[in-house]
Amino acid sequence: MREILQIVFDALSLGSLYALGALGIALIFGVMRLVNFAHGDFIAFCVFAMLWPSVDAAAIVFAGQLPFYLLIPLLLLIGAVLSILSEIVVFRRFRNTNPATMMIASFALGFVIRHLLLMLYSSRPKSITLWPSLGLPVELLGAHIPMLQVVTIIITLVVLTVLVLFLKRTRYGLEMRAAAENFTMARMLGVRANGVILLAFAISGMLAASIGLILATNSGTADISMGANVMLIAFIATVIGGLGSIPGAVAAGFLIGAASVVFQATLPHDARVFRDAFVYGAVIVVLLVRPQGLFAPKSAKQRV
Amino acid sequence: MTLLSVDDITVSYGRLTALRGVTLTIDEGEVLFVTGPNGAGKSTLLNAIAGVVLVGSGSIMIDGAKVTGNSPEDIARRGFSLVPEGRNVFGGLTIEENLKVGTGMRIDRKKIADDLESIYEEFPMLAERRHTPAGMLSGGQQQMLVIGRALMAAPRIMAIDEPSLGLAPKIIDQVYEILVRLRTQRKLTLLIVEQSSTRAMMTGGRMVLIRGGRIVLEGAATEMVKDDRLKHAYFGFGDH
Repeated sequence: MREILQIVFDALSLGSLYALGALGIALIFGVMRLVNFAHGDFIAFCVFAMLWPSVDAAAIVFAGQLPFYLLIPLLLLIGAVLSILSEIVVFRRFRNTNPATMMIASFALGFVIRHLLLMLYSSRPKSITLWPSLGLPVELLGAHIPMLQVVTIIITLVVLTVLVLFLKRTRYGLEMRAAAENFTMARMLGVRANGVILLAFAISGMLAASIGLILATNSGTADISMGANVMLIAFIATVIGGLGSIPGAVAAGFLIGAASVVFQATLPHDARVFRDAFVYGAVIVVLLVRPQGLFAPKSAKQRV
Repeated sequence: MTLLSVDDITVSYGRLTALRGVTLTIDEGEVLFVTGPNGAGKSTLLNAIAGVVLVGSGSIMIDGAKVTGNSPEDIARRGFSLVPEGRNVFGGLTIEENLKVGTGMRIDRKKIADDLESIYEEFPMLAERRHTPAGMLSGGQQQMLVIGRALMAAPRIMAIDEPSLGLAPKIIDQVYEILVRLRTQRKLTLLIVEQSSTRAMMTGGRMVLIRGGRIVLEGAATEMVKDDRLKHAYFGFGDH
């Protein structure tokens, strides 16, 4: 029982991370058919924004010293601004090109951000301590669950709830969903293309910042490539969730997180190093059975 | 008063020229019926006015303001509402959400709720299923929905591309009855594009015939339908 609970919490917290990542990618894909591969670098950028630029091994904490009620909004703002700037400076110019061109532009942007961080902070991972008290375990039905896992899951649930309310209950949310289904038609109904796209980028940037915060708290290090893994899995989650489907991306994020944790716990000891191979194998099976993804958007099968 | 004027516009898709020097005007409260064979450039004309395809030369004015090259959202905000071919409902959104998408640009916020009710009175079928995803509707119901959606944007001109496409004759009659009613009750300015010209008998107004990207005939709809020249100009005159 205790072990099962442990696995459940591991799966939920890892899945949360992937779901937040997948959401950031799916939102932008929805409105402009761009798979933003710079998303992982947005995550790293937000983490490094907490440190003073220096090439020393010992990180000089800057914003990281702020109390959480200032630090969190500040980082969300940094994420949003970075994301909005990349839309205005880079992606806007590729608005009407084909998706492959936009994707390559996002790779290039990712390189620029990564090398900027490299220049300012060197490639050495830096230690960064945020809220050490979150590392302490809490006892739940006999299992010891790290506080951070509980917090991660709660944060994700809060983010998802707010986002669902935003998408379902507000005018901007409605416009964003309409634009995600049929951008041209939405524009012909007066929905401003730039407004919707900027909003999607802002939300996506804030999601990147929250992932950065969780990762940094969890690992205690700031590493230039720290967003890459989450980005990769998040991208896969958006694909098996059905590209363009926001609930699909979230569900698939949780699924991959769960699969990863379950494989880790159940595979024979010698096979555990190949856990990711099993996870990706499962992804391939899913795509073979349902190439359109698990939750293909309804707009994909419109009636005539 | 001229509400929309299209002056000598040319539109090309790559090396293919879809419209060559088309000129037309629509007065406030008028119905203009645009007909012509498949590939004549009818949809291109509507899409050019809506700002969805680029106009090579010539100009388009809405209410005296030049809108050539403006974004689709700007043209929509000036009161041009296009119901495109194939309807384009937002399948994952509910009927009510579909109806509300176009209201974001309206200034008269207080009237939106009243208008929604009047749309539901006009189309009771939509009212019954207001919280159903629009993708579940039949083709005819979707056509009613997109007409309702365009009306919710409070347009000054409503343009409809092939409202009869893929619908059963009985349903087409219903759609046109609604259009005629909208015209008489709301004094709505209408621009209707249709491959078959016979429906123009119901709507009245003026009619233009486009072929090969040019306007080849123009006149009062009821007279043109009876005119032999129309059949000659059209070729393959269809009747359904």
